[in-house]
Amino acid sequence: MNQMKNFSKGFLKENPILVLVLGTCPALATTSSALNGLGMGLATTFVLLGSNVFIALLKNAIPDKVRIPAFIIVIATFVTIVDLVMQAYVPSLYATLGIFIPLIVVNCIVLGRAEAFASKNSVWSSFVDGAGMGLGFTLALGVLGAVREILGSGSIMGYKFIDGDGILVFVLAPGAFIALGYMIAITYRINKT
Amino acid sequence: MVLSLTLISLGAAAALGYVYEFTKGPIEISLLNKKLDAIKQVVPGFDNDPNAEMFLLPTGEGDSLEVYPARKGDEVVGYALRSYTEKGFSGHIGMMVGFTPDGAIYNINILEHKETPGLGTKLVPEGTPENPAFKDQFRGKNPAEFPLKVKKDGGPVDAITAATISSRAFCDGVQRAYNTFEKGGLK
Repeated sequence: MNQMKNFSKGFLKENPILVLVLGTCPALATTSSALNGLGMGLATTFVLLGSNVFIALLKNAIPDKVRIPAFIIVIATFVTIVDLVMQAYVPSLYATLGIFIPLIVVNCIVLGRAEAFASKNSVWSSFVDGAGMGLGFTLALGVLGAVREILGSGSIMGYKFIDGDGILVFVLAPGAFIALGYMIAITYRINKT
Repeated sequence: MVLSLTLISLGAAAALGYVYEFTKGPIEISLLNKKLDAIKQVVPGFDNDPNAEMFLLPTGEGDSLEVYPARKGDEVVGYALRSYTEKGFSGHIGMMVGFTPDGAIYNINILEHKETPGLGTKLVPEGTPENPAFKDQFRGKNPAEFPLKVKKDGGPVDAITAATISSRAFCDGVQRAYNTFEKGGLK
C-alpha cells in the first residue's frame, strides 16, 4: 500500500472524529480548550502508535479466539503508561484530563484500528496508520478545542483576547455538539470535491 | 491460547512494573509540591515545613481535617486547613483554607472540583486589586462577625452570577474549616 496515502487518510478521508465518528465521548468532553484537546489527542496518538505496532508484531502469535482480550491487554498497558507518565511530569494537564486518560482503553478508535488494520498488516504499515489516525484525531480535537475556546471564553491557548465572558454554551456539552456538527459538515464538503 | 495470553499479560505486567517504579518518585514530588503551593498561597510567609508538622483536628461531624501550621521563626503566622464540601453543583469540592492566628481568613485555594466550566469554576481564580475575584471578598474577614452565607440566604456574601449553589458550597467548606479551627486544639 502507498504509505503516504496510508498516512494522510487519517486527516480527511477517514478522520476518526469527523468521518468515522469514533471516540466522540472524550472528543466532546475534553475539548473545552485548545490545549486540553491537543493533550488528549497526543495521549491517544501515543497509545494508538504503541498498540498498533505491538499488535502487528504479535498478530501471528495471538490465536484468533482470544484476540480481543489480547488487544485490550496491550492497549491497557500503553494507557497506564501514559497515565503514570502524565501524572509524574505534567500534573496540571493530568488534573484537567483526569478520568479521560484511563478511558482511552475503551476508545473505539484504538481497538478499531487494532482489529481492522494492525491485525492484518505489516508492522511498518501499522505504525504509519497509527501515526496518521492519531494525528488526524489530534488535529480534529485541537481545532474543535480552539473553536470552543475562542467562542466560549474569548481566548486561545489560555491567552485572553477579549474581556469578559464568551458565548458560554460553547464551553458546555451542547456547544461541543454544535461545533462538531459544523466541523463534520465542512469535512464532508471538502471530501466531496 | 492460554499460553499466548499468559505471555502477553506477563510482558504487560513487567512493563507496567518498570514504569511504575520509574514514575513513583516524580508523582510523589508533584503531589507534594501541589500541596505546598496551595499552603503557600493561603497563609502569610513562613519558614518551617508545614507538611512535616501536619496534625489532625476533628470537625465534630465524625471526621477530621488536616491542619498545616505555618511558622516564621518561633511565631505561628497562620494555619492552613484542608477542608472540603459535598454540596457543590457536582459534588465534592476540596479546598485549602488559611487562617491567621486571630481567626481571620487569609486566603482560600480550591484544590479539586467538578463545577460547571464558565460558571462554578469562577470559584478558582485569584483576583487583582482592580478586578477582585469571588473569593477575595473573604480575605481578612473573621467568620465570627462575617456569617458565611450568600445574600440569598441572608448573609453578606456576593454569590457568583448563575452559580449560587457553587457559592453556597464554597461557604460550607470555609465554614467547616472555621468550625474546626475555632474549636481549638491547635498546636
